[in-house]
Parts: sequence; C-alpha cells; structure tokens
Amino acid sequence: MRTCIRGGRLVDPSQGLDGPADIWVKDGLVESVCRAGSTLSGVGKEYQVLEATGMVVVPGLVDMHVHLREPGQEYKETIRTGTMAAAAGGVTSLACMPNTEPPVDHGAVAEFVLRKAREQGHARVYPVGAITKGLKGEALSEIGELKSAGVVALSDDGRPVANALVMRRAMEYAKGFGLPVISHCEEPALSGHGAMNEGEVSLELGLRGMPAVAEEIMVARDLLLAEWTGCHLHIAHVSTAGSVRLIREAKARGVRVTAEATPHHLVLTQDAVRQWDPDTKVNPPLRSRRDVEALQQALGDGTLDVIATDHAPHARVDKEVEYESAAFGISGLETLVGLTLMLVERGVMDLQEWVRKLSCNPARILGLKAGSLAPGSPADLVLLDLERSWKVDPAGFRSKGKNTPFKGWTLKGQVQCTLLGGQVVYRAGG
Amino acid sequence: MSSAAFPGVWEKKDLLGIRDLTAQEIGLILDTAESFKEISTRDIKKVPTLRGKTVITLFYEASTRTRTSFEIAAKRLSADTINISVATSSVVKGETLLDTALNLQAMEPDILVLRHSAAGAPNMLAKAIRASVVNAGDGFREHPTQALLDMMTVREIKGELRGLLLAIVGDIAHSRVARSNIYGFTKMGARVRVVAPPTLIPKGIETLGVEVSHDLLEGIRGADVVMALRIQRERLQGAFFPSEREYSRFFGLSRSILEEAAPKAIVMHPGPMNRGVEISPDVADGPCSVILDQVTNGVAVRMAVLYLLAGGSRGEDLH
Repeated sequence: MRTCIRGGRLVDPSQGLDGPADIWVKDGLVESVCRAGSTLSGVGKEYQVLEATGMVVVPGLVDMHVHLREPGQEYKETIRTGTMAAAAGGVTSLACMPNTEPPVDHGAVAEFVLRKAREQGHARVYPVGAITKGLKGEALSEIGELKSAGVVALSDDGRPVANALVMRRAMEYAKGFGLPVISHCEEPALSGHGAMNEGEVSLELGLRGMPAVAEEIMVARDLLLAEWTGCHLHIAHVSTAGSVRLIREAKARGVRVTAEATPHHLVLTQDAVRQWDPDTKVNPPLRSRRDVEALQQALGDGTLDVIATDHAPHARVDKEVEYESAAFGISGLETLVGLTLMLVERGVMDLQEWVRKLSCNPARILGLKAGSLAPGSPADLVLLDLERSWKVDPAGFRSKGKNTPFKGWTLKGQVQCTLLGGQVVYRAGG
Repeated sequence: MSSAAFPGVWEKKDLLGIRDLTAQEIGLILDTAESFKEISTRDIKKVPTLRGKTVITLFYEASTRTRTSFEIAAKRLSADTINISVATSSVVKGETLLDTALNLQAMEPDILVLRHSAAGAPNMLAKAIRASVVNAGDGFREHPTQALLDMMTVREIKGELRGLLLAIVGDIAHSRVARSNIYGFTKMGARVRVVAPPTLIPKGIETLGVEVSHDLLEGIRGADVVMALRIQRERLQGAFFPSEREYSRFFGLSRSILEEAAPKAIVMHPGPMNRGVEISPDVADGPCSVILDQVTNGVAVRMAVLYLLAGGSRGEDLH
C-alpha cells in the first residue's frame, strides 16, 4: 500500500529542496518525491493520502543526546515513554546515553536496549556505549563488542573522563573501530559541588558555582587529544562562549570535531535560576547572556553542527527538593521543535539550516540512515505547522519527566504528525 | 503595642532576605525593634501581643544563639513556640523539606522560622505554605535577622547608618551574614568594604556595590565598624588558605591593627568566635567590642520581625 503525503512544503537540504512537493511512500521507504499535484506513473487508485497542505514536511528529526533511563531507572522514563515523547517531538531517530543501571558498557546491555526499542519503541533507537567500564573513567569498556552489538558512538555522558590518559586511549581505540567519542566536558575538580553557573547570580543566590572555565579546560584538552589522535570528537552540550571559541579555532585548524548545543542553553540564561525552580537546574548549567549570544552565533557560522536535547527526564521526587539537592536535567524532547523554531523566527538560522542542525548533521555524524527524504530513504518524516501557537503543559507530556523550565511558555510552531517508516506514530491532538 | 508609632505598614508575608527589602522596610523593623527592646529589661519580660499565635522554629542546622533568640523573642510576645531540630537535611527518597513543611502547615502555625543548609530553602517553602516564613539562615545566601540586629546595634551607637564605613573581614564567599549585611548597610546609605584573601571573596562581588581589599591594614583604614566573620576550620585546611596560622597573621583582628580604623570604631562578630584566629581575645573582650550588644539586640529584632509578620503594623487586634 502506497501513501502520498500531499500538498506540503518539503524542506530537505539533503536534496537541496525547499518547495511544494508530494512524497510517495511504499514499504516504509520514500519511493518518489514529485512536483506537487503530479501523479506517479504506474500508480493505480490503491493508495492513501496524508494531507499536508499548509504544513512544512521535513525529514524526521535526529536527537543525538537522549537519556531513556531504561534499564534501571524506569520510574523516570522507559524506552517506551521516551520514544513516545520523541515521536511527539518530531524525533524519529535518537541516540540514548549509556548512563543506565547497569550502564551500556558491554554488549548485552546494548542488545537489551535495542530489543526493547524494537518491541516497544516509537522511534529508532541507537545506543551510545560507555567509554569506560561502569562509567568510572578508569578502564576502557569492551568497545569492539559494543560496536558489534550496535552502538553508534561512545560517551561517559553525565560524567567527564577526568583522566587524560584514559581519554587518550579511548580516542585511539575508538578510532580503530570508527566510532566517534562524545565528550561531556567538565573538569570535576573545578565544578565541584556546584548547582549553577558561577557568576553574579550564584553570588546573589548563595549557590555554589560551576564556572565556565571548568567546561572550557576540558574542551581544550579533548580538542588537543582529538587533534593528536585523529579521533572524531563530538562535544556534547556546549554552553559557554569560551568553548565556542576553542571549537571554532580547532575546526579552522582541521581538527575532526563536531559539536552540539541544547535548546535550553540557546534560550535561557542563569537569570532563570532566581525563581528557585529546580527544573532550571541542569548540567552544564544555564550560563550568562553573553554565552547564549555566542552559542546562537555559533549556530549561524557552523561552529555548532547540531541541536540536541540532552533529554533528561526526572521524577518529581528527584526535583522537588532544595535546589542544591535537586537532580540535574531537563525533559526536552517535547519542547525541541517549539523552542528551536523560535530561533528560526528570530533569524538565528533559516529553516534549511534548522533541518540540518536537527536532522541531517546528527545523522551524518552518527552514520545513521536518516536526515534525508531522497528516494530509497526510510520514510521517517514530520509535518510541522509553523504558525500554530501552543502552551507548554508538562501534564500533557508523553515523557514521564515533567521537569521543564518552559512550563507555561507559549511556543509557535508545532509538530502535527510524525511518520516512522511510513507509519503514523504521532498525530497532534490524537 | 500601638501601630501609630511606626512609619509605615509591613506588607510582606515572609522575611526571606534583606535583598528583597526597601530601606523603608528595614527602618520600620529597626524602629519596631527599638520599641521592643525595653520589654527585655523589665522584671516581667512578657507582653500579650502575640497571644494565641503559634511560632515553629525548624532548624536543619545546629544553632544555639539564633534558635534561642527566636524562641525567647516569641515567648516574650506570648506566642506558643515549638522547636524542631532535624539532624540531617532532606534526602531524595526520604521525607522532603516540602513534605515536612506541608505537614506542619496542616497544623496551622502562624509563623515558621527556618534554618537550612541549602540556599533558597526558605524561598521554596514560602511559595508552598500559607504561614509566614522567616529565614534564620539559608546556606551561603542570607541571614536577614543577623543583619538587622547588626544594623540596630550600629544605629544605637552611631546614631545613623548613612555615611558610615563598614569593613567586613573574613570568609565572604561562604557567608550569609556578609551577604545580608552588604545588602542592608548599602541600602541604608553606608559604604561597605570586604576584606579577605581573593580565595574567600566571590568573583563579581563589586556588582553588589562594595569595595574590595586584600590587605587588612588598608581594608579597615577609616572604618567606623569592623565586622569579623567566623572562619570555618574546614576551609583552613589548605584549599582556601595555607594554614590557620597564616590566616590569623594576615587577617586576624588585633588591638594594634584596629588603630587603623576610625576613631571610636566598634568591633562586631556574628559568633560563634574562634578566639585567636579571626579575632584576638583582647579585641573580643575589649572596649570597642559590641559583640554582646548584638546578642541582646537579636532578641528585640526578632520580636519586631515576628510582630510585623503577624500583622502588627496593620493595627490588627493581636489580643
């Protein structure tokens, strides 16, 4: 059975397309992309139509930084609820971080995640393997076995690899298996027990600070190691102007580095912490206005390749405590589109670039079959209504994590429908 | 008490910090406190002002002085007081601070006095419960009644705060007393200088409108008020400072150092003191010291705060 997604404006930078088009889907794959209103030769009357008039159609989004919490912390999120949230957020492919219990530091756990995702997933799930056993930053995990089991990258995300020698060996070894190393850049001795960015707001609130330099020192170290080892380094959740500067310089030197920023670091500043809402507590912390401006500029000039959510769902019990005791993290999948389209509206990037940052680039970095609606590609796609305004209500989230500092915000631009392999996995209001 | 004597009406539900107050509100509290001070000198130290009101002190951190001071203040105003000391702070899976507060709220107290090691804990509580919340110290953030009693003490001796120079010496970075006093004294027109090695001064402190000095002699030069802060011994073990010995040599207040301060300068300390570390015994007990006056005024200030939060300045019938 064929499906025709008809009458929408297709924005697909992978094919250099931006204009009205009909997309024909067969057997879960894109069969053809045609001029709007044309008929596909050889097609009879046996097809269904998905009306997309007035909508923008883009390749399914790829979120390369998600915490699904399963196995081990199913009270925060499961592979089922996390991928339902992804579908609602327009995300059809995601990379999930290995800091589960047990962590994804050997093949069996990766296989468990993949099996669960096949059985219950509403999105394609690609596990990231741990760099070190137990995420302890000491001994390398069985990286070859992880690769065989299906991991697409390596990271100890949530924890930095503090020891430079371990990071050197990880990069060298990962290079041999063709896996990118994703670095959570934080010098733990400097960030200490901080709860927010160190600066004028931490001074006022009496909270221990995590200085920008704690991130930048590790960014600098890992860039130097990547340059030396030749490993593909991807820097997770860049949050400071100094990190941007270091990455920009490294890219100019030809270092194999890519980098991402989160929607919350692109939109919020440390001033949000003044409300004492633990949902503003995140690692890396919300930074200064100057940092936010630098990140936005870095999106525009290509220093930042990707926007990824760092979706970090938590239960109320982990958040409804004193600010300094609250867990770090923001439930981000279901506000990804609304927040980032706000940046398009503000002229930080155009819609083509938006699709690159949210789909094409992360797919390329991880080597996924995603980020394109060229014929033969999986029919993973999203229908967006750019004009529709909606109010963020965490109670309506598919994710178990209701922890968002954006509750009550009105966002413009909404996912209307998400297709995974040609099947509808989400429909707004449905 | 008659409300007519006071210039203004208290409108806030809570006292969470000095940063939130106007100079007018600080003046109102200090004026109210002065009028209450006399009660503590009477033979029968009790007035019926807060009879029928319930004050709970909830302390998640050890404290003798502050808790006792609040309790005496409440009792002298005839409020019923209940003191709860919690050995440890809330943990993720146990009863949270919020749970505890909601349970206490269900018993309908009028005022909850909270001390907590976590900055912002009183702010979180104040949003969640109907009772008035008084911050009795939260982490490194604020200790508003300490600053109020310090301002009251200085005002008593110096007449007014405007134009004075206050030098705060010690661990500014980890001090809620320093923050509250910086806000309070600057709002009341005084100059504030913080004096400490750079490791104990938070970056960007200048944005609060204070001067910074890393030299004790220079720092207290011309000061009308010199306030020494308690140095936590655990911070002296190398990370912030090479040794206790070096600290007291470069930043300890001694009688000879004090000659650099203004004539008739006074010396304050929020207690408890490490004699021989941040302050020498001859200074602590010397003629410039007003340390025990601070404690006396602490009761009056807390009486004023409880009275105002209970609606006293609005002339409501508190009997």
